[in-house]
Amino acid sequence: MLGAYLPILVLVVIACLFGLGSVVFSSLIGQKKPSQVKLAPYECGCEPVGSARERFSIKFYLIAMLFILFDIEAVFMYPWAVLFKRLGMFGLVEMGLFIVILFVGYVYVWKKGALEWE
Amino acid sequence: MTWTATDIALMLGKIVLLYAIILTGAAYLVLAERRILGFIQDRIGPNRVGPLGLLQPLADVIKMLTKEDMIPTAADRLLFSLAPAMAAIPAILTFAIIPLGAPVQLFGRQVHLQIADLNVGVLFFMALSSIAVYGVALGGWASNSKYALLGSIRGLSQLISYELSMGLSLVPVVMLAKSLSLADIVNAQAEMPFIVYQPVAFAIFLVSILAECRRIPFDLPEAEGELVAGFHTEYSGMRFGLFFVGEYINIISLGSLASLFFLGGWRGPLLPPVLWFFIKVGLFSFLFIWVRGTLPRLRYDQLMHLGWKFLTPLALLNILVTGWWLALR
Repeated sequence: MLGAYLPILVLVVIACLFGLGSVVFSSLIGQKKPSQVKLAPYECGCEPVGSARERFSIKFYLIAMLFILFDIEAVFMYPWAVLFKRLGMFGLVEMGLFIVILFVGYVYVWKKGALEWE
Repeated sequence: MTWTATDIALMLGKIVLLYAIILTGAAYLVLAERRILGFIQDRIGPNRVGPLGLLQPLADVIKMLTKEDMIPTAADRLLFSLAPAMAAIPAILTFAIIPLGAPVQLFGRQVHLQIADLNVGVLFFMALSSIAVYGVALGGWASNSKYALLGSIRGLSQLISYELSMGLSLVPVVMLAKSLSLADIVNAQAEMPFIVYQPVAFAIFLVSILAECRRIPFDLPEAEGELVAGFHTEYSGMRFGLFFVGEYINIISLGSLASLFFLGGWRGPLLPPVLWFFIKVGLFSFLFIWVRGTLPRLRYDQLMHLGWKFLTPLALLNILVTGWWLALR
């Protein structure tokens, strides 16, 4: 069974060699004339102000958390979808209940304003 | 499954061939995009290097390799160097599960035109598209530049949001095919491509893959009007080239998956299967370029609303309706 994954392992190794190889090769043959101004972070030609390691909006964290919740639910649906025909009506009702519960959570998140971007 | 010397030789041969196809494909997709966008905007586009500009991709590669390769002083050197590779590698790996055509007879044995027919193919694809987020996230963060940081955070949120609707839109396809293997999904469309049964899922998938490729109208991570070049503002030379190649390989791989899931993959009358597959992938690639030449960019709140408030509930509803329809049939 695991034998099916051998080609993928080989492909991973070759893809990594391609990725790292082209970066190393280009840094070897590319010209190098560094200067302090050139290596400063780009801010449209002005002197860079402060650091870029700043805090950003909490919204993005919230989206990441919601993604984890909903994506796990989505993954649960794949095995169900494969066996759907064999489970018949029972499978449909069970998954219907699951999606309804999921939907209640979704409506709650919406009403709480987690999906707003004002 | 045991591996004989012939099997291994065949596997290596397929991998080398696959590399040739996707790298050439990505290089010429860049040229095709520049020419087609040129024609859409009533200008000619690059046509000077070689006949019809056909050597332009080669010139681009040489240019990128010989450009100055700089790392900003403020950047995190290790992550800054690794991020472009992290963006390109998952894009290449997606091709491992894509069947390019029907199995063919070669030297008296059956050869599958696919690196590995995984029985969890769809999940493998979902996993890789999650990993692809790291290239954008780390590239922007490691640059330590404000534009890059904003671009990468936006990109991160956008990619994970649309991954949800993309994943959910594939559930009805799996229900129809009763399998997660891509070869089985194509075989299940022998009578009728799934787009006929699942037009809604196809529409959701198409919008989601446009967003996953970070293409106009969803190119907010690199919106040049406001963020210079977004998460790859600080990149130059081949590091930028890898981000670029990754993006175009992604277009080809997502176009291939769209044709496998909904248009019956290599299936079609008269012409040989491999040719049919390339025609369908070419159509999707053209569609991506056409959309880029036509639509304006969305605002960020519109983008998130479309993903979370429209596509995701629609995909859930579509699963229920499909289940109901399949159970009654």
